[in-house]
Amino acid sequence: MEFVSPEGLRLDGRRPMEMRQIRAEIGAVSKADGSALFEMGNTKVLAAVYGPREVQNRSQQMSNQALVRCEYTMANFSTGDRMRKPKGDRRSTEISLVIRQTMEECILTHLMPRSQIDIFVQVLQADGGTRSACINAATLALADAGIPMRDIVTSCSAGYLNSTPLLDLNYVEDSAGGPDVTVGFLPKLDKVTLLQMDSKLPVDIFENVMQLAIEGCKAVANYIREVMLESTKKLEYCRGA
Amino acid sequence: MRELQISLNQTQRIRLQRALELLESISSKANSDASVIVADTIPLNYDDGVLKGHGTLDLNGEVVATICGVVERINKLIYVRALRARYKPEVGDIIVGRVTEVAPKRWRLNINYSQDAVLMLSSMNLPDGIQRRQTADDELNMRSIFEENDVICAEVRGFQHDGLHLQARSQKYGKVERGQLLTVSPYLVKRRKQHFHHLEQYGIDLIFGCNGFIRIGERVDPTEDMMIEDQVNKSEQKGSKFEGTFGNQVQERVYTPLETRQNICRTANAIRVLSNLGFIMTVEVIMETVSLSLSLNINVHEMLGSEFCVLTAEKEAERRTSSKKRG
Repeated sequence: MEFVSPEGLRLDGRRPMEMRQIRAEIGAVSKADGSALFEMGNTKVLAAVYGPREVQNRSQQMSNQALVRCEYTMANFSTGDRMRKPKGDRRSTEISLVIRQTMEECILTHLMPRSQIDIFVQVLQADGGTRSACINAATLALADAGIPMRDIVTSCSAGYLNSTPLLDLNYVEDSAGGPDVTVGFLPKLDKVTLLQMDSKLPVDIFENVMQLAIEGCKAVANYIREVMLESTKKLEYCRGA
Repeated sequence: MRELQISLNQTQRIRLQRALELLESISSKANSDASVIVADTIPLNYDDGVLKGHGTLDLNGEVVATICGVVERINKLIYVRALRARYKPEVGDIIVGRVTEVAPKRWRLNINYSQDAVLMLSSMNLPDGIQRRQTADDELNMRSIFEENDVICAEVRGFQHDGLHLQARSQKYGKVERGQLLTVSPYLVKRRKQHFHHLEQYGIDLIFGCNGFIRIGERVDPTEDMMIEDQVNKSEQKGSKFEGTFGNQVQERVYTPLETRQNICRTANAIRVLSNLGFIMTVEVIMETVSLSLSLNINVHEMLGSEFCVLTAEKEAERRTSSKKRG
């Protein structure tokens, strides 16, 4: 199948190095300590953070750091064919683990001993790149909850189809079975915290694709920072003296 | 951007926007761009030997914020004041909390902190009012003092090895009943001299917990309480148990007049509106909101609607402009 037309356009009309439109909103769940909605094109993800709060299961309590938990779920209506998926299937368990490890890395857990932080991410619409969208939404929700972090983590995916590196794959491109590189990136520290790839790539091409994904992460980070700053400013001026 | 979760019509939206813009213009004159977000570098203005406080991190010689908030500088100390976050206890804070567990010699309270707080049986005055050692008998009777889900007002005593400890060594602390408990974000409650308020014209009591728990209830007269306390003492001397005396207290005042209940709800809704808009909570602001609703003849249930929300925002903008002019 042809994923990049001779004119250099992709199936949804984007250029190979173009991202989908992103939109973020802070404060979507009123009862949560922090929450955010993140959209990348047609992918739409809701994240809610509860905590730091008392550990529910006493045996898991750690006296020197906080316990971070994450739950990833896909809404039944999020995909094209409506499917009733059992909770805790292999795919969502794996993504929960990935998000948990990525977020745990940047949260300063030692500042909140004997407590637990719960992150719930729910996919409302799935159109490829849910993993990245979930990480971005979770970052925003954690910042909204006032949880201290080393840096913001942002994530973006890139692929390689028709011998062209493509940024931010959508569902059709994702299901083509080509290489799909997901990168989690800390922009301030300039470090990679997450790197996943399906299928294989030669090393020299891989480096290009990964660099493209990192550029995508930086673009997402710029946008997320804008949204955060605007939200913080609004909270401050509404509060008044 | 945090949006209000109520639907506004076109005019209301424009009015609200204008009020918020006014608020922004007032505050931007006061402090210029002190807001930071996670991973922002805080400019040091060529000062060396600064002290890094809460919400900051040292990264290759730069001071970097770890939370979203406002930079505060006090002499050499630089810290970031968090806005939306859980409560951070300070010794001496007056807080309102809810009992989650009755454990041996202690109660555990949910106070919106990262752990549950501990109220020891030995760090509170017993209802009989006598200073004495707590016995095994008292320990067995702990549920007659506070049960699970009771709302309690207490003071932060400090950190011990097993967490945050509270104390309730005064008449004004203890169980609060017959009222509403509201939870707002703790940054909206300012630490002040006075956290207990009695609103005479409405016959209600307000307790501003520093942890963002606000309690509104019917006025309980402290002198009357003392009298009951005395009676309790007398009966105690006759040798009766707590249970009986508590039964008496409950029987004595079970009825709250309708008017008081309406006042409680009105005040509670005023606080909800202010919390939705993210305005700081003081008695003055709350009272102004309540009297605004009364002067416009707005029903209690209509206070949570879009129109009153816009009116409150406009009123607040007006109030801050006028106070700024005076100042």
